[in-house]
Formats: sequence, structure tokens, C-alpha cells
Amino acid sequence: MSLLEIKNLHVTVGGHEILKGIDLTVNAGEVHSIMGPNGSGKSTLAQVLARRQTYEVTQGEVLFKGKDLIAMKPEEAACEGVFMAFQYPVEVPGIGNTYFLRSALNAIRKYRGEDEVDAVDFLPMFREKLKLLEMDEKLMSRSVNEGFSGGEKKRNEILQMAVLEPKLAILDETDSGLDIDALRIVAKGVNAMRSPERAMVVVTHYQRLLNYIVPDFVHVLVDGKLLRSGGPDLALELEEKGYGWIEDEARQGAPASA
Amino acid sequence: MSTAIQSVGNYLDIFTEFEKHAPGREIAWLRDLRATAFARFCETGFPTPHDEDWRFTNVSEIARTQFALVKESSARNSISNLKSASVAGSAARLVFVDGAFVSELSTTGALPAGVEVLSLTQAITHRAKELEAYLGRYVDIRRDAFAALNTAFLDDGAYVRVRRRNVVDAFIHLLFVSTQNEIPTMSHPRNLLVFEDESQATVVEEYVSLGDGTVLSNSVTELAAGENATVSHYMIAREHRKAFNVSTLRIQQARSANVASHSLLLGGGLVRNNVHPVLAGEGGECLINGLFVGEGRQHLDNYMYVEHASPHCSSRQFYNGILDGRSHGVFHGRIVVHKDAQKTDAKQTNRNLLLSDDAQIDTKPQLEIYADDVKCTHGATIGQIEENALFYLQSRGIDEVAARRLLLLAFASECLDRMRPGAARDYSERLIHQHLLSVANHVPSAPSGNGKERSWEEIG
Repeated sequence: MSLLEIKNLHVTVGGHEILKGIDLTVNAGEVHSIMGPNGSGKSTLAQVLARRQTYEVTQGEVLFKGKDLIAMKPEEAACEGVFMAFQYPVEVPGIGNTYFLRSALNAIRKYRGEDEVDAVDFLPMFREKLKLLEMDEKLMSRSVNEGFSGGEKKRNEILQMAVLEPKLAILDETDSGLDIDALRIVAKGVNAMRSPERAMVVVTHYQRLLNYIVPDFVHVLVDGKLLRSGGPDLALELEEKGYGWIEDEARQGAPASA
Repeated sequence: MSTAIQSVGNYLDIFTEFEKHAPGREIAWLRDLRATAFARFCETGFPTPHDEDWRFTNVSEIARTQFALVKESSARNSISNLKSASVAGSAARLVFVDGAFVSELSTTGALPAGVEVLSLTQAITHRAKELEAYLGRYVDIRRDAFAALNTAFLDDGAYVRVRRRNVVDAFIHLLFVSTQNEIPTMSHPRNLLVFEDESQATVVEEYVSLGDGTVLSNSVTELAAGENATVSHYMIAREHRKAFNVSTLRIQQARSANVASHSLLLGGGLVRNNVHPVLAGEGGECLINGLFVGEGRQHLDNYMYVEHASPHCSSRQFYNGILDGRSHGVFHGRIVVHKDAQKTDAKQTNRNLLLSDDAQIDTKPQLEIYADDVKCTHGATIGQIEENALFYLQSRGIDEVAARRLLLLAFASECLDRMRPGAARDYSERLIHQHLLSVANHVPSAPSGNGKERSWEEIG
């Protein structure tokens, strides 16, 4: 059974159809990259999988571990093992970073019938992940993302992923706005999470991230449709030639497979 | 401006009877204080929304209700099963049942020598001369009908005196409990808190209901802070929905005095909390910090009247409101800067979270500035629970109800963060957490199983 199966997914937001029939299969252990021009629907796909309710599924289905993902609320999807690293992580004043993360971990553990982790037991594991993402523990005593730079916010997303250990990680343009150092650290964190039990969907506009997080499959999303799929070389081709040629090919009816 | 004369007529009978037995009735100045106050109340009656200060709050229900004073509280026996344990971190606890001090339920043992805490009735009986310099000197009975009514029925409450240079870490707890179930009753708690020069202390006033009956608690607290004194005052209203709670805190600050007033309006049906500090000496600082949480049809009115009467003083008003159901919150923040109060620094902020379509907030700043070298700012926000923040929490596995609660707590913690760390703050935090649990679930605070008596445990 595939970890994630998307079949003929159509999604509408604010009256406009953004995704126009997406088919995608992701197996555990695989890293897929979704690339595409601005407005192609990349973030929409990520948000729908994370179950943002304002995105309406008008047709098609999504199976996660064989279960109907679209029927799940965001917290259910998260407890089942879906994690999305936000493109624009919000600040949540008044809720401490550490407290928030431990609460999230315990919510997921409770769902799975596991014991909750208390504040003392949480720390050693937490500190290990902080080191991996080269984050200062002092940042964690602040409120969630409060006063964090763009790079710190993105690293905080990956930190959360490292602590919550999802089955499916969706990274929504995690590289946008990062300098090369931050990019390197984020990639280090993501790569440390690669495992045969885990799958990742890396949504990105720029090819550069994929030099650090080398995908198994690359898919090109243009105007709500996956027009072409391939290996890591496809990303290099896009870097070189842009997205225009794929749209031309699609119009001429050329095959979309690698 | 006045309400129907009938409602005042009822009070005349009660007052006449009351005067015959009132503590200190033989003391001329006290007798005159009560009489003058009652005469003033008869002149004005209860305020109406035509009064600018009461524009958003209609007290006709109070005016129409025939309240009775509770004589010998029979309930005192029925609550003998009260836990005698005090709140952790309190140095003294005075318990007032239906307005009257109950020594069996009170403790003052842990107080240091320079700190005196006794019932006002005791103080009137044994230390009237000492009281004369303060009692009734500050609160304005001409302007405020409820204060006039309270002064007319001046009977019991707390007299706290912290002598020069004394510092008390643990807080002094004044607990006012209403217990009646049958007819509507009223009490007029009167507190006098005197903090001498360079003293430091914290007083917590708390109002709870054990009985189920309609009740009016109309309290006045006069707080005199001496030079360089540092005072924290808490007002916690936690009664049931058929309770009317009107409270007036009148603060008089001497040179360099620092007073923080924290108010938590968590209960009550119609609540009006007046905070009136006068910065009478140079370099004084005043913080008025409040949280009000409304549900159902609660009406929570916060009225602030800060007077800068001296140069170089600073004042801060920070109020956070959470309103759900059909509740109505009011924030009326007046700042008056007198002509000679140069270099005044005053700031006022009211932030509100509306959780339902029918919840309502009226927020009104009122700045009257007569000096020319001052800094005065005011601001208000009205919003809802941030959808993006809610989704963020849910996307991490936290269910919607828990996520709402976390966000409400985060909002309320802005108020907590302004309290000095210590036992009073910890107590406030516990009460707020408890209260927001029910708000987040959108469940009205559950009435007791028996319908009549509520147990002490439910309150504590």
C-alpha cells in the first residue's frame, strides 16, 4: 500500500479552481519534489494535504495509509502522521515554543495510545534536535516564532518536524527567503529525517534546494496540473530552461513521463 | 438623572433601621458621614444611561429590586464545613459572609508586627480616632451614587494598615462570600487600606457566591499609599450570574508611590468596576491592569478615572477583554491631567477578543488634558481568534477546543504578565485557567448539582 495516493484531485479556493486533476503516488522512503511557476497551485496542494478547511475539494480523493485524508480534520491528519512545514509560519504570542511543541507531541502520543512525556523527560530529546538545527535554546523560551528571523522560523518548522516524527512531511517552499547558511542547516535537518518509513514532498520554486535535498522524483506543476515527472535531472533542466517549454510541450500533446 | 423615587423610599426604611444599630453610631463624624451620604443618594438616585459615566450600563434592574440587608447570617452555621485552609502564599485571610466579618473563618497569624489587619467594625469600635483621618476622605460621594449608598451603609469590611517601612511578601486576602438563596440581599463592604511611607504589601479582594439568590455587592475600597510605598491590589469578581457587583477602588498616591491595581472580572451578571487613582504627589506611578471574560448575557463594565494632579507621574491602563455569547463589555478610560501636572506620561490600551457574533464591546477613551507638556496615548483593538494561529496549532495535532483554549490563555496571559511574580499572581493564573476552560468549550459555567447550595470546593 502506498503511503500517499492522490487521485484526480480538484481543489477550488474562493470560487476559483486551482488544482485541476492531480494524480500522484508517494511511497514510504521516497522524496518527491513538486516544482512550478508562481500561481501553479503548489501551496494549495500542500495546504489541502494539511487539511486547511478553506480549500474545497470538489472532485477526486486522497488516501493516506489507505485512509480518506480529506475526511480528516487538521489535527487528525497530524495525529495520523502528516506534517506540513509552513511557507509563512505565524507568530503565536503568549504560547512558549517549548510548551507548544511538547503539547503537540503529547496530543499525537495520546492519539496513538502512548504515554505523555513530561517537561523533564522531554528536554534531552529536544536538546538533541536543537543541536541538529543549530538553534539556541534561549530562542525556545520565547513565544512561538516571536521575533524570529525568516531563517529562524524555517528552522523552527524543521525542528518541529524532527520532534514530531511524521510519516509524511510536506515542505512548503521551505527554502524561500533563506540565505545559503540557513539553507544548509535546514537541509541537514531534513536529510537527517530521511528514512525508509518516511516520505517527503518538497514543494519548491527554486532548484537550488534540491542540490542539498536530492529528490527521488521531480514533478512539474503548471496551472493546476502535473504536466511532467522525472528524476533529479528534470530539476536541472528546469533550472536551465525555465518552465515555458513544459507548457508548450503539454499544449502540443507531448508525453509527460520521464 | 434620578430614577423613580419608589426605589429610594425602600432604602429610607432600611437606612433608618440600620442607623439604630450601626457600629460607631455614637461617633459624630461617622454619623454625619453616613447621613450626608444617604441624603446625597436620595438626591440623585441610581444613575441612568443619561449619565455620561454610565452611558453603556443600565442599572435599572438594580434600582427596581428590593434588596434587604442580611442581619445575623444564619448561613454562617451552614458553611461551618468550609475549608479553613487559606490560599497558598497568603499571610492573612479575612472572611466576610454576607457583608459581616466572621472571625472563626479568618486568620491573621502569619502577619509580621508592623502589619495590622482587622475588621472595620473592630476598628470603628477601638480605633475610631485613627480612622477619622482617612475614612470617607477620598471617595467622591457627590459624583458617585453607589459610593454614596455604600457610605450610608458603612458597616464592615477590612481595615489594613501597613506601618512605615514594613514589607510583606505574602498577600492579604479579603474574601467576600454571599450565601443567601431566598430573597434578594445586599451588602456594602467598606475597606480602608493604609500603606505608610516606604511600605510594601499586596491585598487581594475576592467576591464569590455560595448561595443562589440575587445579590448586590456594592463595595468601596479607599487605598492610601504613602511616599515611596509599593502596593499591589487585586480585585477578583467570581460570583454567579444573578449577582450584581459594583466596586469602587479609590487610590490616593503620595510622592513617588507605586500602585498596581489588577482586576479580574470572571463572574457576576452585571459588574461595574471603578478604579479611580489620584496621583497627588510627584513621581508617582500607577498601573491599572485588567482582564474581563464575558459569556452568556454578562455585562462587564470597567470604568477608569485616572487623575494626574502632580508633575512627573506616569500611569498605564491595560485592559484585555474576551467576550462570548451575548455578553457586553465596556471599557471607559478617563485620564484627567491637571494644569500643573507637567511631564505627565499616560498610556491606555484596551484589547478585545470577540468570540461570537452577538458579543459586544464599547471602548471609550476620554482624555482631558489641561497641562501643556505631557505625553498621552490611547489605543484599542477588537478582533477574533486568529484563524492562522488556530490552524497552525491544529496542524501540529492539537484539537480545536484545546487550540482555542491555548489561544485564549495566551491572550489572557498578557494581563498575567503585568502582575508581579508571586503567590497572588499564581492564584490569579489558576483562576483564569479554570475559567477559560469553560469558555473554550463553549459551555456555560455549570450550576451545582443540587441547584441550591454550592460547595466551597467548587469555588476554591
